[in-house]
Amino acid sequence: MSRRPGFVLEVDKSTPPTLFWNGEGFTLETLPEGSRVLYAPEPMPALDDPYGAIRHALLHPVGDRDPLPALLSAGMKLTICFDDISLPLPPMVAPDIRQMVIETVLDMAADAGVDDVVLVAALALHRRMTEDELRHALGDRVYDSFAPHGLLTQHDAEDPGNLIHLGQTAQGEDIEINKRAATSDLLVYVNINLVAMDGGHKSVATGLASYRSLRHHHNPQTMVHSRSFMDAPASELHTSNWRMGRCIAEAGVKIFQIETTLNTDTFPSNFAFLQKREWEWTLRDRATYAGTSAALARVPSRLARQIFHSIKSPHAMTSVQAGEVEAVHALTTENVWRQQGIAVEGQTDILTMGLPYICPYNVNSIMNPILVACLGLGYFFNLYRGRPLVREGGVLILRHPTRPEFHPGHHPSYIDFYEQVLTQTVDPVRIHKEFEESFATDPWYIHLYRTGHAYHGVHPFYMWYWCAHALEHLGRVIIVGGDAAAVRRLGFSPASSLNDALEIASDVVGPSPTLTHLHAPPIMMADVH
Amino acid sequence: MTTLLYERSIPRFAAARLVSAFGSGRGAGVGPLRLVEQDAPALPGPGWVHVDPVLSGICGSDLATLDGRSSRYFEEIVSFPFVPGHEVVGLVSDPGAAADGTPLAAGARVVLQPVLGCAARGIDPLCPACSFGHVGNCGHLAFGHIRPGLQTGFCADTGGGWSTTGLVAHSSQLFAVPDGLSDADAVTTEPVACAVHAVLGAGIAEDDLVAVVGAGTLGLTVIAALTHLAATGRCRAPAAVLAGAKHPHQQRLARQFGATEALPPGQLSRAVRRHSQSLSFGGAAGQTATLSGGADVVIDCVGSAESIAHSLSMVRPRGTVALVGMPGKVTVDLAPLWHREVRLAGAYAYGTESVPAAEAGAKRGAAKLREMATFNLAFEVVAAQGTGRLVSATYPLTRFEDAVAHAGSAGRRGSVKIAFDMRKGHAR
Repeated sequence: MSRRPGFVLEVDKSTPPTLFWNGEGFTLETLPEGSRVLYAPEPMPALDDPYGAIRHALLHPVGDRDPLPALLSAGMKLTICFDDISLPLPPMVAPDIRQMVIETVLDMAADAGVDDVVLVAALALHRRMTEDELRHALGDRVYDSFAPHGLLTQHDAEDPGNLIHLGQTAQGEDIEINKRAATSDLLVYVNINLVAMDGGHKSVATGLASYRSLRHHHNPQTMVHSRSFMDAPASELHTSNWRMGRCIAEAGVKIFQIETTLNTDTFPSNFAFLQKREWEWTLRDRATYAGTSAALARVPSRLARQIFHSIKSPHAMTSVQAGEVEAVHALTTENVWRQQGIAVEGQTDILTMGLPYICPYNVNSIMNPILVACLGLGYFFNLYRGRPLVREGGVLILRHPTRPEFHPGHHPSYIDFYEQVLTQTVDPVRIHKEFEESFATDPWYIHLYRTGHAYHGVHPFYMWYWCAHALEHLGRVIIVGGDAAAVRRLGFSPASSLNDALEIASDVVGPSPTLTHLHAPPIMMADVH
Repeated sequence: MTTLLYERSIPRFAAARLVSAFGSGRGAGVGPLRLVEQDAPALPGPGWVHVDPVLSGICGSDLATLDGRSSRYFEEIVSFPFVPGHEVVGLVSDPGAAADGTPLAAGARVVLQPVLGCAARGIDPLCPACSFGHVGNCGHLAFGHIRPGLQTGFCADTGGGWSTTGLVAHSSQLFAVPDGLSDADAVTTEPVACAVHAVLGAGIAEDDLVAVVGAGTLGLTVIAALTHLAATGRCRAPAAVLAGAKHPHQQRLARQFGATEALPPGQLSRAVRRHSQSLSFGGAAGQTATLSGGADVVIDCVGSAESIAHSLSMVRPRGTVALVGMPGKVTVDLAPLWHREVRLAGAYAYGTESVPAAEAGAKRGAAKLREMATFNLAFEVVAAQGTGRLVSATYPLTRFEDAVAHAGSAGRRGSVKIAFDMRKGHAR
């Protein structure tokens, strides 16, 4: 049976209750008649022979690039950079795509007699990965071959000895990236494209950059003008990265970009109901939902978190392309849209969404309130091309417990951002102006970023800036089932039930609003006409 | 005429200590405090006048006394029985003179500077401290022609503010209330004077980071005083003032009085760390983390073992911890104080302050110093900051048990300063 495309359901009397994610759990909600529910397209088939497909891509690059073996030679300096723990979501069942690609690249390098090879996790300002996480991403063979010799590194955006300033763009944007990567004879970048925002010039210009460089596009002004940042041509974030990427190329950095796309097979079979349409739930799905919900309601949130973070996704690779960055990324974006695209007619007054337990920045960690805001207003709100799903001045209703809990090791500056910044203002522009510099240069955060597993001190600011477009666009944000004080701290309105939220929303959008529910994950991208 | 009298009674003292273990202020009914009818005290000598209290506040030191928690250190500088109440605004009964020599007509509104120094005790020559105007440091508190007592409100011969009978006060203790100040404003003058003295004695330098621990009356008045004194060039302007305040109303008031940030106490160290751009070490297994740097000055307005330890953990090496809140017998690990060469400085009462003569706008550091009574500086702070808003509730003396219980749980009940109101029909 061929896979079914995305689907827009119109709720009527016969429609069963709709699944809403609710952090480390989920719930069923009855939506008003006439509401629309957006379902992601079904998963595209996996590549039959992923290793073969990878090899083929490396031998048949796109754009102005020779096949990889032709770029490899004895005595050269090769750096292989790869996406970090933030991709994919949830982490995928082994073998991870990065492992498959890097093993293939290394085989070719070995065949060419390349000895000087270093692997670099492209962290940008993310936390350093643990050994377990690196082993999962790269496989034991790669890890054991490189890590003991210091040849498996993680980009350190605060290491002045391993950063190089390549100049400025015509707009005055500093380009400062990883020195080892920039001064290699060849930089191979291994990407996993979960959403259209990923990849392209952003891989190197962001993933290997320093704060000095990142601040030019990770700011409220850029984010407000990225509509959306899932749609590169309409994204100022990407425009800036593309400017930088071209300057990096002009500076002589030779990049061989390898990008891969995934299907939407997001959850393992025991959680299959999460990616099904409710009216197609089998008896087993219903029993699993009921049993899982009941069990999760009884366990402490910490245990529920552990259970969910142990989930490995059966994501499968749907495409791999290699070569010159822009040519590669054009193909990648097409493939992402082919898998995730869903056509939607017209905007809605109210957009609802249930937020899951995971976002790019809390893998094996805690989804704190700032990340809740970022996932809802930054990521899910921006899953569109053309126009936002919700009209300007409309209401966004999220469902998430939004507990004021933080991982002190991973998110130390988030705690201070929550306690000392959001208590004073939620305005991204004011936050940027008054607080960013002191957090970004704080030696304690820098120490924890460089030596522990902490996100950089400035990272919560970026999460808040991701929300800037939505904050400007929306008339109100309501969180159902969230900790009321935490929700208010974010500047949003708390509601105890969806009905209460709709009542609150009526103050903004009137008594008979249109409503659309984004049934994600699995991820979809709305083409709003 | 009604007076609250505190008598020496070991059983009642023990009962108060026992009951107050369930909450500060709860032991007033079983403790040594009694409502009695008695005449006003006799004038001890020339220069003394009768004062009829209008409002008289309940201070943390009063609560410590009523709870049976005050230090035994004070035993020799207190005489029994005494009438509590040293935060007093009242009316003089007879013509007299104020501390600065200006005449006071009968009925003039005054606040009491309660310390009973050499002048009040008829001691001549004055002790060295009193001769410099540092009456709070008087060495003769147990001597002279009145019985021992560090302040009015702890002396058997003077009476105290918790009385409709009146008290007696020496002219050196009297300050005329400026026009425009309400009675509520005026009754906060004494704690504000303590705050002024603490701020000026803390050695705050330009652009220092200052942390204030506690946001009861003392903590809030310290913030109010610091803001005003810095704005008027009387002290150096700190870069930031961070306040640890347990309750939301305290956080709100702290911000209104000028705190840069007001946070729950558990978040104060993190804010200090961030503002001082310090590193942090320790903190495992329930220990308090120590900062590599920290605040230049920490003003501890609580005085408990926990608050002192907290203050020591977030003051920078060679910084100052000013103890404004009255401590009793506490157990504190002083290793960080020794190792980091921290200055632990007490800050008690008031007297005379040396402040730049110039007002705001003058070049800092170039102004000549001028001697000013702490109370006169306090009047400025009271007027500028409207500290009368701290008076949350007043009670008649007949409801002293309710009043003391309210004062003991002021923070939890959304209150700050509780006072007795001796005006008929004015209690609220």
